[in-house]
Amino acid sequence: MSGIIVVTNNFVRDIKDNQGGSLLKWIDYQAPESVADAVKILADSDGKARPLAGGTDLIVQLRVKDPRVNAETVVDIKKIPELNQMDYDKSGGLTIGAAVPLHLIYNNPDVIKHFPAIIDSASLIGGTPIQGRATLGGNLCNGAPSGDSIPNLVAHKVIATVAGPNGIREIPVEDVCTGPRQTSIDSNELLVSLYFPNPGEGFGANYIRFIPRNEMDIAVAGAGVSVNISNGKFVDARVCLASVAPKPILVEGASKALVGQPVNDESIQNAAEAAREAASPISDMRGTAEYRKHLCEVLTRRALNTAIERAGGN
Amino acid sequence: MTTTDYDPNVVLSTENDFKVVGTRPVRHDGVDKVTGRAIYGADYDASGLLHGKILRSPHAHAKIISIDTSKAEALDGVHAVVTAADFPEAADKIMELGEDETKLRDLRGNILARDKVLYVGHAIAGIAATNAHVAEEALSLIEVEFEVLPSVMTTDEAMADGAPILHEDQTTEELGDDSGVVSNVAKHFQHIKGDIAEGFKQADVIVEREYNTVTVHQGYIAPHNGTAFWSADGRLHIWCETQGSFVVRDSLADLLDMPVSMIRVTPTEIGGGFGGKIPIYVEPVAALLSKKTGTPVKIVMTRKETFEGSGPTPGSKIKIKVGATKEGKITAAHAWMAMEAGAYAGSPVGAAAQCVFAAYDLENGLIDGFDVVVNKPKTAAYRAPGSPNAAFGFEQALNELAEKLGMDPIDLRLKNVATEGTRRVDGPVFQRIGAKEVLESMREHAHYLSEKQEGSGRGVAIGFWFNIGFDSACNIALNKDGTVNLTEGSTDVGGSRTSIAMQAAEVLGISAEDVRPSVVDTDTIGFTAVTGGSRTTFATGWAAYEAAQDVKKQCITRAASIWDVDPDHLQMEDGIISSKTDSELKMTIKELAAQLSDTGGGITGRASVKPRGVGGSFCGNIVDLSIDQETGKITIDRFTAIQDAGKALHPSYVEGQMQGGSVQGIGWELNEEYFMSDEGKMNNTSLLDYRMPTALDLPMIDTVIVEVANPGHPFGVRGIGEANIVPPTPAIANAVYDSCGSRITQLPMSPGSILEALKS
Amino acid sequence: MTTKTHVQTTINGEPVDFLCEPRQSLLECLRDVIGLTGTKEGCGDGNCGACTVNIDGRIVTSCLVLGVEAQGASIETIEGVADGTNLHPIQLAFLEGAALQCGICTPGFIIATKALLEKNPDPTEHEIRFWLANNLCRCTGYDKIVRAVQDAAKRMQEA
Repeated sequence: MSGIIVVTNNFVRDIKDNQGGSLLKWIDYQAPESVADAVKILADSDGKARPLAGGTDLIVQLRVKDPRVNAETVVDIKKIPELNQMDYDKSGGLTIGAAVPLHLIYNNPDVIKHFPAIIDSASLIGGTPIQGRATLGGNLCNGAPSGDSIPNLVAHKVIATVAGPNGIREIPVEDVCTGPRQTSIDSNELLVSLYFPNPGEGFGANYIRFIPRNEMDIAVAGAGVSVNISNGKFVDARVCLASVAPKPILVEGASKALVGQPVNDESIQNAAEAAREAASPISDMRGTAEYRKHLCEVLTRRALNTAIERAGGN
Repeated sequence: MTTTDYDPNVVLSTENDFKVVGTRPVRHDGVDKVTGRAIYGADYDASGLLHGKILRSPHAHAKIISIDTSKAEALDGVHAVVTAADFPEAADKIMELGEDETKLRDLRGNILARDKVLYVGHAIAGIAATNAHVAEEALSLIEVEFEVLPSVMTTDEAMADGAPILHEDQTTEELGDDSGVVSNVAKHFQHIKGDIAEGFKQADVIVEREYNTVTVHQGYIAPHNGTAFWSADGRLHIWCETQGSFVVRDSLADLLDMPVSMIRVTPTEIGGGFGGKIPIYVEPVAALLSKKTGTPVKIVMTRKETFEGSGPTPGSKIKIKVGATKEGKITAAHAWMAMEAGAYAGSPVGAAAQCVFAAYDLENGLIDGFDVVVNKPKTAAYRAPGSPNAAFGFEQALNELAEKLGMDPIDLRLKNVATEGTRRVDGPVFQRIGAKEVLESMREHAHYLSEKQEGSGRGVAIGFWFNIGFDSACNIALNKDGTVNLTEGSTDVGGSRTSIAMQAAEVLGISAEDVRPSVVDTDTIGFTAVTGGSRTTFATGWAAYEAAQDVKKQCITRAASIWDVDPDHLQMEDGIISSKTDSELKMTIKELAAQLSDTGGGITGRASVKPRGVGGSFCGNIVDLSIDQETGKITIDRFTAIQDAGKALHPSYVEGQMQGGSVQGIGWELNEEYFMSDEGKMNNTSLLDYRMPTALDLPMIDTVIVEVANPGHPFGVRGIGEANIVPPTPAIANAVYDSCGSRITQLPMSPGSILEALKS
Repeated sequence: MTTKTHVQTTINGEPVDFLCEPRQSLLECLRDVIGLTGTKEGCGDGNCGACTVNIDGRIVTSCLVLGVEAQGASIETIEGVADGTNLHPIQLAFLEGAALQCGICTPGFIIATKALLEKNPDPTEHEIRFWLANNLCRCTGYDKIVRAVQDAAKRMQEA
């Protein structure tokens, strides 16, 4: 760069150049009261509208003028009934609306009783005041590789219900994230809710992450796992990792290492090593690639042990 | 309540003959601060207020070819744009700035870059607009043409042969003389005592190691801010958060080439400083903008600007060599220290050199200090500036030495401890100090005597910071009900107006609540130096003591005139004026106050002091920690801080300073750092990624206040604000070694680096 | 581009209407539009907690709420914690326990503490530290804050 004359138009900047307290860019605000109205606003906006639920990511992105969030309109979706539902159904499944804030989730009796592992994520995204606003839906749609709820949703085999101009479609949650902050939900579509199917017998799950502080941090690595145990054997298992690839990754090798195997340290270690191998992290200020791969192994092992305990298998 | 089998906060008091000193009254400004009424800098409002924003450099090192502000000026809502060209040209001079001195030219260059930008975040232009949104939008319309230059980010890079040069006119001052060599090394100095070559010959054991630390920030929660109003009568009024209103006034007078009497600085409440709010940043820009617009202009930095555009404390490279006899007598020590000054000369390496060996009585010592400019923000003071960096090296080396000698690390320190009469390697001779008492308290503390938890590591270290004296002024007016109004000029960062008021109350024999202290503006009080250098309670407290003595003397004189007796026969104690000879003659200060108007008018005491009896304080830590063997994450399990306060005026505030300093040290050690990109940009400019400790990262911080009275203060007070940040870094490093057997010589001790150490 | 929205809220028990642009955060509205400057800004991205307020019974960082979102909401700020000239037990505990130094983080801590103790009248030290982890204090090292919260809990239970 030395010696080159550069004309700097300061408007074109790296996102980092606006981190830490810049003001919001100009936006219009709409607060529709039905899914149809919301979808219409999104569809009419030529990709320049963004749903606003808790805003704990979106408002920061608007402040830093993130070019990936080219929003001229924010669509406040908190007034839409379907997006605020929390419904435990007869089949043993749970629907959580996309705009339900985390604090309502971890205080919900059905969650506490039937899906306690969701609380692992819901209670560690941000701090208490963030949890007053932030949502699982927003965490998923933000599509950050480090999103603390996404591996947990994947471990729970959650189905995302999405409304768009052509009606409703359902997406397995592991197919939502496609890259760093990219999702398969189109800019004219709206995530309505997340469906947690009945996890079946002998189920246990857990999400843990590694951060240098004890709260208020971005995962250096995270592992969301689930197991179904019957007669001392894994009959089903999922391991999904955060922060170690361009998107959260479902580790097929870990499932293979567990399903059909007895619940013991060897199986768990094999799954942990599969997680380590599946991770393809970068080195950055949060940690080196090698350290993050190592963490995947440690976190997967620890999370599996907790999940097994919760499944009553240990 | 946390249950402990010992008292977590102990005061080892030596002198209890006081009525107010040593008690714990509620602070006078407290209600305003728990109800949201207190006005901080960003809260200040004025009619017609405009909002300012500052354009900052995206390059670490570049020539400014041109600046075109025309498009920004044309934007609706923009009222004015200023650049360095708006500063008057004034001859260069050396400026005294609180604890530091700097060249006027450097200060001006740092406020608004003139020919070159020297770091990412370097201010280039200021804009005043109707609101902050418009001002921020207008920033993007300023076009700057740069010629980007190669940059240097560390002392190693900056000192290398052929390194890119920041200042073509900067030649190295080599051992006091101008070397004539253009370089990034502003200064190399030495302190020598004895002969270290001879000393090392006598040593049975020698430890030699290099230690490195990186840039960290004070982390005050309120970003820098300032409002300026340049009135039509030519007077400039500033409202800002500063540790020194007179520093702001005098710096502005030099920068703007105007008499100090034309500038009035009103210090608002201040949302943290720790040294970082001694220098000025936005105030002169707001002043230039106000001059152009004729209206008040407020500028509040963002968090990112606070990281990139204020003054952090430096990264450093420190090499320590220390030798001792097998009996544990240190025979020689050498400290080689290079510190990043940032973009302009003036790192805290000078202070580091005064502190590095201060706790020890060394026969042979050599200190080399290098002040090195790099393409980072100009460093500013941060709580005992330089001393934690130095202690991170020397206090680790001492533990290594103790291990080689098979000695307890506290015993090794006690064997070599500095006491009254010890001549430091850098020259001064200590008066009465408390280093020995601090070490003895550590050795006897329940924490040190307790069994370590299984798998945990324990470390100890001590640290030093002096007190500075400097100017302070205080006025005290007696009200008709016997209460007093006290005005002083030390901006209050953490309760000092109460600790100062308590000293006046003690003299007058009234309660702390009967003193109403106010921190006032520069038009209203005599010159008072910065709140810094652990001087405020010590020096401004002394001014309050003297002003109260003045009131006391006038009360006695007035009573003598009322009673028509010789004032020499009267005394005043516990708020009662009485005759030494006639027990009938007695009057409370309240009774006297009620008659003032009828007996000759009011009573006002005043004092301006520049105390010389500066003490200095030592602080020691005992820390237990555990390490997650699989992730390398450190958990601080137990932490004890033990500090010599001379006399703890308000023990809760002393404890608060000790706890706060300890935790800043813990953050420095574990996670805090400027994470710089290859292009010299800080990658972690948010409080999410600049990881200061949260409540959940810490245990209770236990305290022991040791009182070794400072003979240089009427109540024996020592300034205690700073020494407590010095020992945490080496104490934790020593505990890590105790836990895992590896010496960590690079800060911060991130989990990844600890895991590497565990593996090796 | 300069259209402002009329927002109707209840702040500290009183009806408050204000006009704001959609790009203004609730924090800006409180401080710059309404003039309630007790709520502080330390970081602008939800990580320091100085701007914590209570909306409809839940604490949030007001820098990450749009002013327009507050339509119909009931908001509690530090200015509403004391009952006239009677300080709240939490305020007394902070004052008497020397749990503040510079005081800039104090409003956020008090609002957060009040929400904690209303939900959990007798929290453990760990629960206090967890709840308050989104509120940064750089002066105190948190020791006296945690003790003040414990003290406030006791005062509130005895009241």
